[in-house]
Formats: sequence, C-alpha cells, structure tokens
Amino acid sequence: MTDKEVFQKIVDVLAEEFELNKEEITLEASLYEKLGLDSLDAVDMVIVLERTFNLKLANEEDIRSIWTIGDLVNFIVKKKAELTVE
Amino acid sequence: MKRRVVITGRGAVSPFGRGVSALLENIWQGRSAIQYMPEWLKIEGLCSHLAAPVPDFDFKILPRVQRRTMGKMAIYATLASQEAVRDSGISTELLSSGDLGVAIGSTIGSPSAYEAFYSQYLANNSLRGIKSGEFFKSMGHTCSANVCLALGIRGEQWGPVSACTSSSQAIGLAYILIKAGRQQAMLCGGAEETHPSVTSVFDLLGAGSRQNSHPECACRPFDKDRDGIVCGGGSGVLILEDLESARKRGAKIYGEIVGFGNVTDSGHIANPETLSMERAMKKAMTEAGIAAADIDYVNAHATGTERGDIAESVAIEHVLGSTTPVSSLKGHFGHTLGASGALEIIATLEMMAQQEIIPTRNLTSIDSRCGKIALVTQKQPARLKTILKNNFALGGVNTSLAIRQNILP
Repeated sequence: MTDKEVFQKIVDVLAEEFELNKEEITLEASLYEKLGLDSLDAVDMVIVLERTFNLKLANEEDIRSIWTIGDLVNFIVKKKAELTVE
Repeated sequence: MKRRVVITGRGAVSPFGRGVSALLENIWQGRSAIQYMPEWLKIEGLCSHLAAPVPDFDFKILPRVQRRTMGKMAIYATLASQEAVRDSGISTELLSSGDLGVAIGSTIGSPSAYEAFYSQYLANNSLRGIKSGEFFKSMGHTCSANVCLALGIRGEQWGPVSACTSSSQAIGLAYILIKAGRQQAMLCGGAEETHPSVTSVFDLLGAGSRQNSHPECACRPFDKDRDGIVCGGGSGVLILEDLESARKRGAKIYGEIVGFGNVTDSGHIANPETLSMERAMKKAMTEAGIAAADIDYVNAHATGTERGDIAESVAIEHVLGSTTPVSSLKGHFGHTLGASGALEIIATLEMMAQQEIIPTRNLTSIDSRCGKIALVTQKQPARLKTILKNNFALGGVNTSLAIRQNILP
C-alpha cells in the first residue's frame, strides 16, 4: 500500500466515521482544531484505523503525538512497514 | 412564599411517531400502534412477539457529537425535550441559566447498547472494537445527561430510574424541586426503547401478551380476554414551571400539578398491591386539598395484566367510589414503561382541553372483577377539571399525580 493509498483510505474512513467532508481532510489538517475531534473521537479513531489497516494500535505511545492527518499517515505507513519486516 | 407548579410545555416521541400532534391524532382516531415482531421468533423461549416501537427515522437530525453517546432512548428524549422547549416558548437564557433542570428517567440505559457491548465482551472475551460512546448510552442517567448536553442545560440533573414509574416520579420530583424553590423550571419525563430483552422480562413473569396473531387487539386493559403487557418505546417530556414565572412571560398553561403521591409497598417485588395504590391516590388528593367528588377522571396505569388491572380497579373504587370515569391508554400504544407516565399525561391534558374522555381501546368485554368502577368504553364528552394519573412499577413503586386544568387565583 503506497503512502497515497494510505492517505486516501484514512480520508474515506474518517469521513465516514466522523461525518466529515472529505475535502476538509488534508495532510495539514489538525485532527482536533481543524477537524473538531476530541478525546472520545480519538478512541474511536484508533478502533476504526485498527479495523481498516488490520493493526493493533490501542496501546501505542506514539499515537499521542499525532496532531495532523499527515502525522497519522506517517504513523500508519511506519506501523505497516514494521509489520512487513516482522 | 408558597410556589405553585404548572405545565407549560409538551414534547413526545411515541409509537405513533415524532411529535405531540402525531400522538394525539392517532389516539383520537382510536388507532393501535402495536405490531407483530417476526424477527423475535428466533429468540428461544420468548412467546410474546408484540411491541409498539417508535417508527424508524433518520437519527442524523441530531449532530454527530451529540448522537455518538445516545442510544435510541436518549435520542427520543432529546427530540421530545426540544419539542417541549419550543412549545413552552422559554428563552435560551432560562434554559442555560442554571434555574432550569432536568429529570428524565428510564427503566435502564439503552438495551441496544448493552447488547452491543456484551456481544463483543462475552462472545470474544475482548474489549476490542468497543466504541467510546457505549458506556454513555447504557448508563442509568443516559437520557438526562444527554438532554442536558444537547440543550445546554446547567441546572439540577436527575435520572429517576424506577421502571414503569420513571417518568411519573420524574414529574413528581420536578414538581417538588420547583415547589421548594430550588429550580424555576424543569424538563421532566421519561424514555424507553423497545428491545426483546425488555419484553422478555414480562414474558418470563407470564405477563407478556401472546396474542401474536392479531396485534391491534393484543393489549386489552380491564377486558376479560386480556393476557398481558405489550411493551412500547418513545419519550414524553413536560416543562414544569413556577406559576409566577409562567404568568410573567405570558406562557400557555396546560394544567397545574397539585398533588403527588409516591409510596412503596414492601410486600412483594412484582405483585401489585391495592392498598398501596390507594395510599398513592389519597396522598396526591390530600396534598392537593381535594376530595373524591372533585376528581373528574382517572387515567389508569392499567397495562392489561390480570393482577394489575384488578388491583387498580379495586383501589380506585375504594378511594373514589364507582362513578368516576376511568380509562387506560395502553390499548392504543402499549406500555411505554419509563415513558408511559409522561406520554399518557400529554394525552390526558388534551382530554382536559377537549373536555372529552378517550376510552380504553380493546375494552369490549369488561372483566367483572374490574366492574365496580365507571370504565369508559366509548369516547364521551365530560367536564374534566381535576384528574388523577396513576402509574405503578415493578419493585413496589406506586405513584399518582393530581392535575388541575383551571388555574385558580
């Protein structure tokens, strides 16, 4: 899966889960300030991402440092790469 | 200063759909909202395949941020509350002032949310995939908490949880809080959603109707052919308000709550008790300073169970004699449990406005053991100035609210 494909998938699932306009979900968009997500949404976002990318993310410390969609794409790409190496 | 408490707003989501007008129109047309539930056939041991669910509608009329923590019952309660607020004309300033509170109850939290949680937790011994909103949908005060959040209410928040008396206790509590001067106004009532686990409670006790082949005739309070309860869903919400506050802003006043009886029988967890029903009615009348001759009508709890209908009939006869007109609305839209008190009060207020009594639907052949009271079987004009509204619950709760139409000086 390319970075672009990961981004597109994230756009699709977050738009669906949080009823957002896809146009709003840019790489620069902040999850909390721009997209209006909060602490409860962050929990649900992890669930949706786990299901979408077949990953276990719930107890990942790195996830706390994610602020933008771009951060999220990089995080998912990295986790998927780790999985491939393992 | 002695405060008086009046009803200035009404909101409903019922088995007849959204809005007070849908509820009233269908009742006045004598329709039944009870349906056959074929999808319940797969549940082993469940014999009652009947319910009065709220018709489906798009929940996206509420914003996602509000909806994510709401099961169906909290959505119904929020929509009913919004309607009650619009109906009352109270200002947004009062709504968020802290002088307006909320008391909205239900039997339990959303049973669908419990199902969603435990079907993952028990089946897989896992918490994976459980969304953040599930707890907020299933907590006991889910309706009141979500209504406060959605409407920006900052006053007292209460969630009376007492099964079939949840909304009548909520209304009684709101009346007490306003009388005591703690709140200027209250949104109060109850909510419920249909679910096979709810119906199964009554089915297990042998109190669920099994007349599956003709749902429109299934719930038959006071009738010799009745065979039990049909559970329904929805929400009824009233705005109660301090009389002076209502007068100052020129509000439409639907009625005045003048007495609230709320007693417990400690004899049995499930069986109704005539004496406690009598005590509840008498307490409401004593508080209101009214006598039996002043009561023009009783809107009965009467759910269509043998024990309950007979116990209530005898209690009414003992307290009021045999000439006061009595009817039940359960034949129209089943037993909406935590919502029933409020929804039935909304319909009773309309009876007072129209000066007309709605008969018990499906009452064609009166059980002689209920026959010593004036059971209404045809729509009839009547002078309705003061009424009693009864509600009783499993767990020994017995409530009666006295409501007067005319606001006396």
